[in-house]
Amino acid sequence: MHMVSTHSLIACHDCDLLFRKHLLRYGERALCSRCGAVLYHKKPDTLDRTLIHSLTNLILFVLANVFPFMSFQLQGREQVTLLTSGGMELYQQGFWELAFLVIAVGVLFPLLKILGTLYVLMPLKFNRRVWKAKETFRFVEALTPWAMMEVFMLGVIVGYVKLIDLATIVLGVSLFSFTALIVLMAITAAALDPEEVWERLERAQ
Amino acid sequence: MSEAFTTAARASLLSCHTCHLLSHARRLPAGCHAVCSRCGTTLHFRKPNSLVRTWALTLTAFILYIPANLLPIMSVISYGEGEPDTIMSGVTHLIEAQMYPIAFLVFFASVTVPMAKLIAITYLLISVQKKSRWRPKDRTVMYRVTEVIGRWSMLDIFMIALLAALVKLGAIATIEPGLGAVCFAGVVVITMFAAMSFDPRLIWDAMEEKP
Repeated sequence: MHMVSTHSLIACHDCDLLFRKHLLRYGERALCSRCGAVLYHKKPDTLDRTLIHSLTNLILFVLANVFPFMSFQLQGREQVTLLTSGGMELYQQGFWELAFLVIAVGVLFPLLKILGTLYVLMPLKFNRRVWKAKETFRFVEALTPWAMMEVFMLGVIVGYVKLIDLATIVLGVSLFSFTALIVLMAITAAALDPEEVWERLERAQ
Repeated sequence: MSEAFTTAARASLLSCHTCHLLSHARRLPAGCHAVCSRCGTTLHFRKPNSLVRTWALTLTAFILYIPANLLPIMSVISYGEGEPDTIMSGVTHLIEAQMYPIAFLVFFASVTVPMAKLIAITYLLISVQKKSRWRPKDRTVMYRVTEVIGRWSMLDIFMIALLAALVKLGAIATIEPGLGAVCFAGVVVITMFAAMSFDPRLIWDAMEEKP
């Protein structure tokens, strides 16, 4: 299906008002004059920054999954858990829907987001468009609201507070890696300018 | 930026939901749909069947909200005796233990947010159907807040997962999730889909029409 495109215009995503695009300086953003939505940004070195952050994210993700997350000690017994143990335990107790949800939004989707970003942006740095790059980037963009590591963390904090008076809780390497990963994922999201990625994907071979 | 006070739909332009590229609308043969030339997303002037889909999802969430609050979300089983907890009794226990900040946090994420979200989406749906012209900007902000805040309700589900994995002391204490948790997770996921299927541009379409 061929469509004539209009690169110099943009419509507000929340109210559909049409604007002519202006060149912005780095760090600037254009807002809709009618409803206040962000129309577009200009972010410095978006590809380089997103790539380097994503590589670090991948390392932190591995650390968060390999090392113990938390352990629970009471009356001489110890229960060591990994990041995925919560989901696994729900599955073993027969709550497969909850297990899937917890593993997906807490672990799997963030991983897919990191891998998808690297898969698309690394070759794009050299003006190459890899196989299914557009589909992958679309998928990564759609995953964003479903990657909920920060909510996962808040749930962990509440659970920790509930148990702290009853038993000894030991925090593991994974918990610290996971915390760092949450912060860095937010920094990565702030560095990424999807519009520029789409423009580059269009131009790349 | 007052140069173009018209909407994309009026100018026969389709705005891509994924990459924001505008495309000229063309007459298409039956059974065909337009896709964005840059990223391949299917193009629409407005999200398809936005009101019907959002109503269906919102009503489903309202129905699930009842068992989510009445059934236990988890039970602490100690020496064979179970102590089931609903969302509200969980908050009450935290208040009794004088953990006020955490009690407030859990109450906000598990009670305030889902309820406020359901009310907000219902209000937005009704206001759009009545072609309301009242404070469209505030209603758009309301939509944006609804869309962003919903995910935080998952807090309780993650907490249950953590407790279930940590507290496995056989007869002394184990934690079992309850059916209420499944219903509650359903409410969170379904309201997220409801917020996604609502098209805020419908709020502004009423402003375009002459009264």
